[in-house]
Amino acid sequence: MLEITSTRHNPFVDPQLHVWGWEIPVYLFFGGMIAGMMILAGIAMLRVARGEDPESFFSVQTPLLGFMLMNVGMLALLLDLSHKLYVWAVYLTFEPLSPMSWGSWVLLVAYGILMASALVRIGDSWPWLTRTFPVVGRLSAALETPSRLRLLAFANIGFGIGLGIYTGILLSAMVARPLWNSAILGPLFLFSGLSAAAAMVHIAVRIFPGRPAPQGLVGGAFAAMWQPLGARAPRAGTENALVRADVGFLGVELVLLALLLLGLVTAGASQIAAAQILISGAYAPAFWGAIVFAGIVLPIALQLLELGHRIPHTVVPALLVLAGGFALRWVLVNAGQASQVLQSASR
Amino acid sequence: MPSPSRRRFLKISAATLGAAAAVPMLQQATPFARAASAGPGTVTTIPTYCEMCFWKCGGIASLRDGKLWKFEGNPLDPMSRGRLCPRGTGAPGNHIDPDRLKRPLIRSGERGQEQWKSVTWGEALDYVAERMKKIAAEHGPESIALWKHGTGSRFFEHVMRAYGCVNKAAPSFAQCRGPRDIGNLLTYGTGLGSPEPTDIANTRCLVLIGTHLGENMHNTQVQEFAEAIGKGATIICVDPRYSTAASKAKHWLPIRPGTDLALVLAWLNVLVKEGLYDKDFVAKHGHGFDKFAAAIAENTPEWAEKETGIAAGVIRETAREMARHRPATLVHPGRRVNWNGDDAQRARAIALLNALLGNWGRQGGIFLAAGMKIAGYPFPKYPEPGKPKVDNPDGRWPFADEEVTTGLREATITGKPYPIKGWVVYAANLIQTLPNEKETIEAIKKLDLLVVVETHPSEIAGWADVVLPDTTFLERHDDFYVGWGRQGWAAMRQPVVAPPDEQKPAWWMAKELANRLGVGAYMPFKDMEEYLAVRCEKSGIDYAKFKREGIVMGPKKPITIEEGAEIAFDTPSKKVEFFSDQLAKAGFDPVPKYTPPEAPPAGFYPLVTGRSPVHTFSRTQTNPLLADLVGENEVWINAATAAKAGLKSGQYVRLKNEDGVVSNRVKVKATQRIRPDTLYMVYGFGHTAKGLRRALNKGASAAQLNTRYKVDPLMGGTSIHRNFVTFEKEA
Amino acid sequence: MARFGMVIDTAKCVGCMDCVVACQTENDVPHGHCRDWIVTEVRGTYPTLEMEIRSERCNHCDNPPCVYCCPTGASHVEPFGKTVQVTANRCIGCKACLAACPYGARFVHPEGYADKCTFCLHRVKEGKDPACVSVCPTRCMHFGDLDDPKSEVNRLLGSRKWHTLLPEAGTKPRIFYLD
Ligand SMILES: Nc1nc2c(c(=O)[nH]1)N[C@H]1C(S)=C(S)[C@@H](COP(=O)(O)OP(=O)(O)OC[C@H]3O[C@@H](n4cnc5c(=O)[nH]c(N)nc54)[C@H](O)[C@@H]3O)O[C@H]1N2
Ligand SMILES: Nc1nc2c(c(=O)[nH]1)N[C@H]1C(S)=C(S)[C@@H](COP(=O)(O)OP(=O)(O)OC[C@H]3O[C@@H](n4cnc5c(=O)[nH]c(N)nc54)[C@H](O)[C@@H]3O)O[C@H]1N2
Ligand code: SF4
Ligand code: SF4
Ligand code: SF4
Ligand code: SF4
Ligand code: SF4
Ligand SMILES: [Mo]
Repeated sequence: MLEITSTRHNPFVDPQLHVWGWEIPVYLFFGGMIAGMMILAGIAMLRVARGEDPESFFSVQTPLLGFMLMNVGMLALLLDLSHKLYVWAVYLTFEPLSPMSWGSWVLLVAYGILMASALVRIGDSWPWLTRTFPVVGRLSAALETPSRLRLLAFANIGFGIGLGIYTGILLSAMVARPLWNSAILGPLFLFSGLSAAAAMVHIAVRIFPGRPAPQGLVGGAFAAMWQPLGARAPRAGTENALVRADVGFLGVELVLLALLLLGLVTAGASQIAAAQILISGAYAPAFWGAIVFAGIVLPIALQLLELGHRIPHTVVPALLVLAGGFALRWVLVNAGQASQVLQSASR
Repeated sequence: MPSPSRRRFLKISAATLGAAAAVPMLQQATPFARAASAGPGTVTTIPTYCEMCFWKCGGIASLRDGKLWKFEGNPLDPMSRGRLCPRGTGAPGNHIDPDRLKRPLIRSGERGQEQWKSVTWGEALDYVAERMKKIAAEHGPESIALWKHGTGSRFFEHVMRAYGCVNKAAPSFAQCRGPRDIGNLLTYGTGLGSPEPTDIANTRCLVLIGTHLGENMHNTQVQEFAEAIGKGATIICVDPRYSTAASKAKHWLPIRPGTDLALVLAWLNVLVKEGLYDKDFVAKHGHGFDKFAAAIAENTPEWAEKETGIAAGVIRETAREMARHRPATLVHPGRRVNWNGDDAQRARAIALLNALLGNWGRQGGIFLAAGMKIAGYPFPKYPEPGKPKVDNPDGRWPFADEEVTTGLREATITGKPYPIKGWVVYAANLIQTLPNEKETIEAIKKLDLLVVVETHPSEIAGWADVVLPDTTFLERHDDFYVGWGRQGWAAMRQPVVAPPDEQKPAWWMAKELANRLGVGAYMPFKDMEEYLAVRCEKSGIDYAKFKREGIVMGPKKPITIEEGAEIAFDTPSKKVEFFSDQLAKAGFDPVPKYTPPEAPPAGFYPLVTGRSPVHTFSRTQTNPLLADLVGENEVWINAATAAKAGLKSGQYVRLKNEDGVVSNRVKVKATQRIRPDTLYMVYGFGHTAKGLRRALNKGASAAQLNTRYKVDPLMGGTSIHRNFVTFEKEA
Repeated sequence: MARFGMVIDTAKCVGCMDCVVACQTENDVPHGHCRDWIVTEVRGTYPTLEMEIRSERCNHCDNPPCVYCCPTGASHVEPFGKTVQVTANRCIGCKACLAACPYGARFVHPEGYADKCTFCLHRVKEGKDPACVSVCPTRCMHFGDLDDPKSEVNRLLGSRKWHTLLPEAGTKPRIFYLD
């Protein structure tokens, strides 16, 4: 028998660590999805640069959507900070050992890349801007040379991968939380981000494009915000391509999740206890129900049926993927905080 | 310390200002920029002695920018040796406690309803004096009694004595160390008093029977306990509970509660039978040894095993272990020894055990405490008492040498031998400290006047007609503490910080009251400084230096035989009384005899109590520093017992005793650390007074459940552990 | 340069929490929070029991994950005594360090910054022991320079059996508990 009592009573630390609520999962979710969108946009841009799909719809529209979602993610992050007035301190230093420091800088650069990428054809979504400030139009045009587009594409892909993996590494660097402390978390969050990105773009493709948008200062700005894909419609087959990609990403994600659990249950007592939290503990219903079943298995099945034309195309699988992607962050952030390095029972 | 909200506000505005200017200043910022609030400021220090409990350690208070900051041990003081216990360290929390009484109160509702109106000091004191005069006129001043505990009561006692009051009582005798002192008095001719002259630091073998050092935080003893551990002393701990001390012990004897006398008798038996005792000591100083030996001949370990649940082999082994280290074996005489209502005899048996080990006046045993003298203040003589005291009529408890609390309470209820119509209560929360609160309330209902001098709106204050708000010890002068120990010393109490509201020091109240009662001549000094200075001057002590240092040391004297001290015994036989003729003559067992405790009814368990290291009795539960650490008590239940009863740690239950008294809800602590047939709870929680906001209804009160108390026939001590309780689950 | 550490004798510690109260007053630790605390660990089944009582706080780890994860450098290793400290006005309150510490040694100060035991450097700089060490009635706590072979802490580590907390976390804690 081992009876442990402690007099410590710090809020958010006792009886169990709970320093991160909904904000960090939201931030990680958006971060991962944006990373995925950057990668998707990068790939599309490469094709545009090669002249394969000069009108490629998401090479230019996805970054704008990403840029806007990025603001949401950053807002969530800011809300989490408990010493907000000092947030500038992140950019007074670079801490090579801190994933968060890396992340802060990567985010900053990604912001720039997204902005530049969004600028490429800003006139499509917000004509007023280029009309009023011709310089923006010129900038837009200048960016659209194949070599510059290629550069932008590589930047999107590179920093997208960086950002995607970072959202996992941020957690996995913490030895103190055995549930997180796994090299799988980076790739897992990257692929989850990709699947969410594909789903998000899929939804955007479905809902927004092809409708005439307001053109003016205010109307145009709003339109650019909630109708970012502009009046241009995607090429036929776009949706199928997205769905196929999504199925692939989800498949990889499932394998990575299995590897994560396998890694944990075959390691030490702390890791086994950590895995229990997901497998059979407090977070098991959310893990099995919301992440594995509703977030991965079900959308794979539905999307395969869609591809096989057994059921009509809907956004339902995409919505499930998004919910599942958020659930993955939410469950891992919470369950991870509940996991701890256990003292060896014998001494 | 300012109020938290104010401090927070100041810091936040500082932080906001800091933000604007911080960028260029970053390089200079030290890691303590914030912790710097803990940094210098202007720090001043003032020595005083602690009264968070009655051990009275010397301490030094620090003020930062004029505000009370912290309280630390005074290295010159032999009690603290430079270190306080957690309650002393937490004393600043008493000063800032928002639940304190702030101004004088006069009752506006029914007694016990805690309804008040605030009045001025003049009104309050006039009221008290008038009522006292009225009682004196109708019944005589003897009909006004004083309940007291602690240094501050000194001048109340003095003024009331001057006024002709004779009755007084303190819970420190019949509810605390009384049985122990009487057991020792009967055996050695002297009680042990406080602080106990136990040479724990040098003992080779320490036997703790109940005494739960480490939770009982009597500072010097805890320090010496750790020293003994460091030196590898053998520790034998007898306790139904795996106490902190038990965890340090080589032998833990988880005894069935109430059967300790059987164990001690068996130890005596082994030492005698195996010839392991100190024969020289017994031959030289013993009285009636043969009769004693004959009386305990049947008390074999095998016999005791059946009573105590401690294996005979363990009893033998531990007896031999004690003998191996004698005379540096110390069986701690205990302090709050009134567990069963026959405790003086157990205390006497322990005294005899120490005698067989020959540790009187020996290193590592019981030393001969040394004191010092400080001249008294030249007061006029007290008037002759008009009537005898009421608390122990006709020597009902023949060996009581202090007043018996329940005796005074009973006389108040019965009005015999004469009526008691007024109580002045100074710093004794009688509802929590005396057994059976019903009787206390019954007595209160007979009173014409109940004055409570308090720092807090305690339960007893709730029944008062007048409540006088006292300062805390950090805010007042008191008389010197002149202590007995390894070397005599005296300690200074002086204010280190002003009282936060209209509280007044006890001596001032007593002086004002004296003037109103027409005995002002007994308080002739202007203030305490004058009083203390006069005493110093008459004793050749440098008052200014005393104020500065807080401590004066007395002369050094030998305190052990090893150092050249001589021992003598002030008993009728002038020897250590193994057989007590006085007891025999009074009709008691001349050699302690064991009677088994009552068995609990089915489903009930004996409830035993003890201390939390961060709390003192029922007086610290609102202290923000201490309540933050232990905010409520828990009822300890053996894990197996709990499992059988379907109880889990952390769940709330109520305890119900055989008389149907139900406690406030209390958390279960299911643990391996206690006998399966016993429950344990820290005493002092379960407050019911509404004004104790932080403590109200937190945990359960052991006192409230103590309805069936037994009274020690020798000296009037009351049992605290003889009630049985069962659980009621909280929905 | 010194490398401060603590050696705590669990054989003597009685769990009285004096160290906790002293830290509160010395450092104005906000109400409801604590920089140090007491853990009791009971092993066995009645009546065969063992109990260890420990006064715990930040271990000022040699390999401090809380410092590594900090994005701003607010958590840092202070050259004086190689202690781990937090610069309040550089901390953004991201709480990564709270999650990274396997000992739960940190908390968020009500003002928003990460806070924890400082080893009372303000006292140590004046040549005093940390507050908790200086009040401990059992004198079971020892503070000193682990890099000085002649220090009291090293003498104790050399003469007694000891253990540290969660060595498996790889943090190389600098509070040592004598058995
Ligand atoms: N059931 C049970 N009863 C017990 C005990 C037990 O363990 N269990 N223990 C017994 C023992 S050992 C003892 S010594 C006694 C203790 O008996 P008491 O000394 O009566 O103990 P407290 O309950 O602390 O009551 C003291 C009251 O004094 C007030 N007070 C504190 N400081 C000051 C001050 O400076 N000035 C004034 N005017 N008032 C002050 C407090 O607010 C508190 O209400 O209790 C005994 N009674
Ligand atoms: N922190 C703190 N320290 C204090 C005080 C305080 O209020 N707070 N009060 C001081 C005062 S005035 C006093 S009198 C002392 C009291 O403290 P002590 O004299 O040390 O102890 P007791 O209260 O007599 O006994 C409590 C212990 O006895 C055990 N016990 C209960 N029943 C039995 C039994 O039948 N047999 C045996 N062998 N053990 C039993 C309990 O489990 C508990 O461990 O503490 C002093 N020190
Ligand atoms: S033992 Fe503790 S509470 Fe009692 S006087 Fe000493 S320091 Fe104060
Ligand atoms: S003050 Fe000392 S004895 Fe008390 S808990 Fe802290 S370390 Fe242990
Ligand atoms: S104990 Fe925790 S907070 Fe302290 S240095 Fe180690 S990891 Fe950092
Ligand atoms: S909370 Fe403050 S100290 Fe901790 S990691 Fe974040 S910025 Fe650094
Ligand atoms: S070293 Fe100072 S800050 Fe750290 S726990 Fe001890 S008293 Fe608190
Ligand atoms: Mo007592």
